[in-house]
Amino acid sequence: MDSARRILLIGYGNPGRLDDGLGPALAAVAETWQMEGLTVDADYQLTVEDASDVAANDIVIFADASVNGAEPYFIEKVEPKEALSFSSHSVEPSVLLHMAQTLFQAKTRAYILGIRGYDFNEFGERLSPRAAENLEKAIAYVRLILDDPRLLDMPVEPN
Amino acid sequence: MQDTNDLKRIVIEPVTRVEGHGKVTILLDEQNRVKQARLHIVEFRGFERFIQGRPYWEAPVLVQRLCGICPVSHHLAAAKAMDLIVGVDKLTPTAEKIRRLMHYGQMFQSHSLHFFHLASPDLLFGFDAPVAIRNVIGVAAKHPDLAVQGVMMRKYGQEIIKATAGKKIHGTGAIPGGVNKNLSIAERDMFLKDIDQMTEWSRGALKIAKDYTIENLEAVAPFGSFDSNHLSLVRDDGAMDLYHGNLRAIDAQGNKIFDQVDYQNYLEYITEEVRDWSYMKFPFIKSLGPENGWYRVGPLARVNACDFIDTPEAEAARKEFMAVTDGKPNNLTMAYHWARMIETLHSIEKIRELLEDPDLQGSDLVLKGDRRPEGIGLLEAPRGTLFHHYKVNEDDQVVMANLIVSTTSNNEPMNRAVSKVAMDHISGKAEITEGLLNHIEVAIRAYDPCLSCATHALGKMPLVVRLVDHEGNEVAKKST
Repeated sequence: MDSARRILLIGYGNPGRLDDGLGPALAAVAETWQMEGLTVDADYQLTVEDASDVAANDIVIFADASVNGAEPYFIEKVEPKEALSFSSHSVEPSVLLHMAQTLFQAKTRAYILGIRGYDFNEFGERLSPRAAENLEKAIAYVRLILDDPRLLDMPVEPN
Repeated sequence: MQDTNDLKRIVIEPVTRVEGHGKVTILLDEQNRVKQARLHIVEFRGFERFIQGRPYWEAPVLVQRLCGICPVSHHLAAAKAMDLIVGVDKLTPTAEKIRRLMHYGQMFQSHSLHFFHLASPDLLFGFDAPVAIRNVIGVAAKHPDLAVQGVMMRKYGQEIIKATAGKKIHGTGAIPGGVNKNLSIAERDMFLKDIDQMTEWSRGALKIAKDYTIENLEAVAPFGSFDSNHLSLVRDDGAMDLYHGNLRAIDAQGNKIFDQVDYQNYLEYITEEVRDWSYMKFPFIKSLGPENGWYRVGPLARVNACDFIDTPEAEAARKEFMAVTDGKPNNLTMAYHWARMIETLHSIEKIRELLEDPDLQGSDLVLKGDRRPEGIGLLEAPRGTLFHHYKVNEDDQVVMANLIVSTTSNNEPMNRAVSKVAMDHISGKAEITEGLLNHIEVAIRAYDPCLSCATHALGKMPLVVRLVDHEGNEVAKKST
């Protein structure tokens, strides 16, 4: 990985709500890699103060569980968006990017990594078997893109 | 009594810019007069069952999963209950001060987020302002300095949480009987470096909230307002204490209903009522009954209930606040914002006081005593009094958990605020505009409710506002 390039990986979600913990689970694995230039963060949700961290990096990857996205995961470039409504409970990556640009003059490129989950509606600290499989594939993908971030802008062909 | 099937129904779901999700249903008759207005809390049930069977020492970590918005409050309330389970009535000075620092960090970041990013659009642009500008991006465009302050104050509080709890998610700082780390000199100095700036911004936010309330008093005074009881913890000497104290309840005139009640006995004073139309319970003061015993919690209740605040700038602000109502409790719903900013200033004053205390670098972190079967932990969370009550069996497993969260205590007041605003601003109007509907949300937002976290995963929870006629036909729909 090019250590001059600053990459922030934020895994977010509630690990106490089954597959909603996919984002933090990915972050927990990435943290063990100890890669230079990579900052890993985990939280229950994105909140406004993340805008300053977004602005402090060249690339940001928002890793979250996806309710109905492509399997096993999808990657999508984030375009800044002025939200008409706003909930601090779930600041969308697009709104966060807009805030980073507006408030902190960020030049950051941002991507959503949506990992497909299936079970969300109970308390429980476990991933469903299918979500766990998707997580493994997403982890392998993140390793690849950290080695060569140009892959972020290429079509995904999950294995 | 009119059959509600003959009424039009307006549904606001979920309420925007509150923590979690809620739905407002307003029933109108054929002349658009409000017949009924209710706030429904979309609450995920089952947490109390989830924790049963788990070892008691896991509780302070597990309970953080209950809510992604105020995990620190649950972490500390559970830890306080577990202190009693392990037989510890008083922590070491270092442990107590580290926990207090964590708690004031939480209070500071939560109140800052609410004021700058959730409430300020309404205050700065007006309740009827176009929705396109009445949001945080609108604040960022017109008042970028305020938007940046909100972000940086929130970040400051979050960093304190990280330094004291270990990390933002799955914090482990508070453990039964104490804490598992102190604050290093380097961490202390990092926070002291910015404290003057944080204090200055807190003063500025307080001024905005105070000026707004006073300059708009005529409009603000009746807005969703009503007389109520108020409940909070207070210190032995009557001072505001957000981390620990005894229960005090006052009525709308300031008369004490009960005072200096050891919260281990809360069940003798507080009970809860179930209503068939809501998943969320309605707590009330037992001696007054459900009709008259409901109460408000949170910043307004705390500022009203305490005798004084033990930090100089916040105390001066409290005196100004109380002077508006001649020293009697302030019962204005919109005064929550002013009270919240008094607490923000108080929190940063306490953070400075703690950071300058060498006990934070102490190494005596944990105590142990004789195991007990039951523990109750209370604290004043950002949104109000938070109750955690546990029973543990001889195998160290939690066998009973009972939680009363702040938003549950404010359930009845929020419903009354919704009703009052609906009657005053919507009833009889020929056209129900988005601005009018926002009036309802403004009243709810004043309480900063946490409506329990649902999963937030991508693709969930749009805002839907529906107007349905008496035959069940949808006549209007707004979604964002």
